[in-house]
Amino acid sequence: MIGFRHVIIGAVVFLVARGAASGVERFPPPDFVETNHSIPSPTVPGPRQDVYEYIDVVVLLGALVLSSYLVLKRRSRRAVFGLMVFSLAYFGFWRKGCVCPIGAIQNVVLSIFDRSYVMPVTVAAFFLLPLVFTLFFGRTFCAAVCPLGAIQDLAALRPIAIPRWLESGLRLFAYGYLGAAVLFAATGSAFAICRYDPFVAFFRLSGRLNILIIGVCLLLIGVFIGRPYCRFICPYGVILRQLSRISSRRVTITPDECIKCRLCEDSCPFGAIREPTAAWPAGYYVKSKKRLAFLIVLLPALVLAGGRLGAGLKAVTGRAHATVRLAERVYLEEEGKVEGTTDASSAFRATGKEVKDLYDEASALIDRFGMGGWFFGGFVGLVVGLKLITVSVRRQRTDYEADRASCLACGRCFEYCPREQLRLKKAKETVGKG
Amino acid sequence: MTENNKDNITRRRFLRESVWGTCLGGLGAAAGFFSGSSKRTDTVWQIDPYTCVACGNCATYCVLEESAVKCVHAYAVCGYCRICFGFFGPEPHDITEAAENQLCPTGAIKRTFIEDPYYEYTIDEKLCNGCGKCVKGCNAFGNGSLFLQVRHDRCLNCNECSIAAACPSGAYKRVPADKPYLLKRVDHA
Repeated sequence: MIGFRHVIIGAVVFLVARGAASGVERFPPPDFVETNHSIPSPTVPGPRQDVYEYIDVVVLLGALVLSSYLVLKRRSRRAVFGLMVFSLAYFGFWRKGCVCPIGAIQNVVLSIFDRSYVMPVTVAAFFLLPLVFTLFFGRTFCAAVCPLGAIQDLAALRPIAIPRWLESGLRLFAYGYLGAAVLFAATGSAFAICRYDPFVAFFRLSGRLNILIIGVCLLLIGVFIGRPYCRFICPYGVILRQLSRISSRRVTITPDECIKCRLCEDSCPFGAIREPTAAWPAGYYVKSKKRLAFLIVLLPALVLAGGRLGAGLKAVTGRAHATVRLAERVYLEEEGKVEGTTDASSAFRATGKEVKDLYDEASALIDRFGMGGWFFGGFVGLVVGLKLITVSVRRQRTDYEADRASCLACGRCFEYCPREQLRLKKAKETVGKG
Repeated sequence: MTENNKDNITRRRFLRESVWGTCLGGLGAAAGFFSGSSKRTDTVWQIDPYTCVACGNCATYCVLEESAVKCVHAYAVCGYCRICFGFFGPEPHDITEAAENQLCPTGAIKRTFIEDPYYEYTIDEKLCNGCGKCVKGCNAFGNGSLFLQVRHDRCLNCNECSIAAACPSGAYKRVPADKPYLLKRVDHA
């Protein structure tokens, strides 16, 4: 046998002579004069056909129509539950949770800020359809179409009520999450919502361990606190909440009139039922007026402070972008502050690009993060300010109602209502007259 | 509307309905904008083989237990070398197909004799785990005819590819689904 070292030496000499570069034909392909061997081509198995993506959109549309009908017209929790299980099976386990309207937020944002990214029509449809339906019918998407909601709904076995102030406070996280996701998508850094989707690992039956742990924790919490992701984390839910506030139709606990029997009071596992308001205490009006005036003046200050803070964090948030991380690493290597190289820095050096260009690109990106930080921080400040204003405004309510924004339209409360029992002819007329 | 006084337009109801109309108009405008600027065909993830550095992340970062990335052989670029640096490990005992001589950790590359001195190398995709060791070897000393590609019969086409997020060289890109592969070619500059 020829010594392998000789071959290597020979090859190296040969390469030096030819000028080594990857992809160069160092060894010309043979002609196969003796055997007439025909050179095969690599196989190219195709992706899932586009037509299936359109089927997904049709299924989404059908599920939204059906969900809205079942919640608002049929008023049947059992049917809503059935549809929810179907959605979990189809959008979750069959389609593996991708693409979903929650993640589509990022595609929409990226397509606006990066003109070279072209969003598929089906993704745009996934983003828009639930919004339109919510504008007309309330959050029927959350009720029975969203697979993430469905998997949590199944886990909500022993829901307990949590205080209103805690619920409001925790919900601020969702607004921050939406803002951050938009910031990272707009700068082309990451799709944070997809990366930290806690349930997609269940749908695929494989995934990263830390995400799996978060998912299991959320489901365990969800046994006692109904749908924690939907209520406190979901960034799409933030948009749906606002549209649901003004929806033209909505979930009502009673099919006709509220008799204030209080039977539905504790029926909502998601804390969305609001009781009738009591009479105002004496002296409350003047005090609350002053507080409201103060909060309204505070609002612009909060927006500015938030924006300033968001912009100030550009060096931190900027690290979400791979180019910024690479530039930092290369800088440290160039300055001799770290030993060795990473895959990324050696890949960068192999391209032969100028280090200065990389630094320029990174600093331009950090400036974009600074600009985006103003909007992100300002948004968070605005949300906090508006939240303070809304909690200090008293609304007059005479009936037990589902809160327009928080109601997930699951339909659990319907059967608690004696008027509903009457409608279903399961109770006699005397009940309603009590 | 569900308000009691259907005929009297209250201030609150007027506000709500105008915001409602604005939202609907906004959504309609968004739909029009997206249908104008979006593309009919879907996009899929693919590796640019000329940017890929065969770091090995593809084998471990995919959400699938067995990565959707596999090694692909552009036979037309291959030199059909007798001593293939994508096939043989560094300093093999012998130039034979024996397992201890092979570079591939799963033995996914098959070596068949065609005619003297040419051998053909084929990849058994069932065994390939997309680690890219052979790609590195072939790029270093050969024509670079072995390269990694996302195999679309396996790929779930996640909205954000987890391998793309971990790729050190930025080789991942979204490509139109009707042209889902970026194969190496002889005439590439």
